[in-house]
Amino acid sequence: MNQTIGDFLFFGSVLSLVSYEMGIQLKKRFKLAIFNPLLISILIVMAFLSVFKIDYTVYNDSAKYISYLLTPATVCLAVPLYRQLNLLKKHSKAIIAGTLTGVLTTMCTVLLIALVFGLNHQEYVTFLPKSITTAIAMGISEEMKGFVTITVASIIVTGILGSIIAETVCRIFKITDPVAVGIAIGSASHAVGTTKAMEIGEIEGAMSSLAIATSGLCTVVFASIFANFL
Amino acid sequence: MKHVRQFSIILFISLAGEVIHLLVPLPVPASIYGLILMLFGLKTKLIPLVAVEDVSNFLLEIMPMMFIPAAVGLLDSWGSLRPILIPFLVITLFSTVIVMIMTGKVTQFFIETDKKKKGTDHESNNR
Repeated sequence: MNQTIGDFLFFGSVLSLVSYEMGIQLKKRFKLAIFNPLLISILIVMAFLSVFKIDYTVYNDSAKYISYLLTPATVCLAVPLYRQLNLLKKHSKAIIAGTLTGVLTTMCTVLLIALVFGLNHQEYVTFLPKSITTAIAMGISEEMKGFVTITVASIIVTGILGSIIAETVCRIFKITDPVAVGIAIGSASHAVGTTKAMEIGEIEGAMSSLAIATSGLCTVVFASIFANFL
Repeated sequence: MKHVRQFSIILFISLAGEVIHLLVPLPVPASIYGLILMLFGLKTKLIPLVAVEDVSNFLLEIMPMMFIPAAVGLLDSWGSLRPILIPFLVITLFSTVIVMIMTGKVTQFFIETDKKKKGTDHESNNR
């Protein structure tokens, strides 16, 4: 018996899916936002790997097949967007204004906090693309010579946080219009938040998908300008 | 067979997105090019909605789980994260909340002013 758990091709996917299912069950039982299925499943997988001393690379070797579907799934975000195309045209002005606000707010808050903590240039640019989809953000961070691993970490934490707080924030601040809710979630927390927006409703999901693309592209432009400020 | 064809179309568009990504020197990922291509295809009716709808719904439903492996990867970046953990947490928490509020409020403000304007237009037309 020289077999290790890493030799099983389906180990990573099964561990991930079972953890996610446990997250869904927990969420059903305790209807609290903090029991976010994605957050729960990540914590369960992390705990499992630490307890059984399994390397992340071993896990990812068999779990990468789920991540493989991420590109086709992102392509499919076009479908709800297409179904809501009339709404997009009708509110194009509001959507553009909202997206620009989102991108500029990200940049300004990052700059402000970087000044408060006295971060250096390299640390500062690392956080500029934190609210957008990983693939675009990695490119920006690399280009500006930031720490790409930390950029990715902040994107993931942002996404999970965004999907946990979305409903509460929108309720407290009376953001009730489905288009506004969607643009807010997508601008603040990219594709991970969008999965939450999809749960809330079709319009919210479609607008959130739109915001992934628009705020991602705007960030390409604005990050290179803001990079000169510190 | 229906699902095979739907899945093929979606993968084909993903592949086309990869090709564009390779040819265009911008930091735009293949998936975003794919999203734009798919939207264009649907809009021009080159791809009828029914030709991709079922498999799309399925992929979108299971999408959250696709982020698990990357997120678990945080385990590996812990070392580089530790020295700037506090600014990391403050930036991430604070800016995510503020951005969500500002974006939502501004979008909603524009939608409401638009509605009001149309409302008054309508009234004056009635008079």
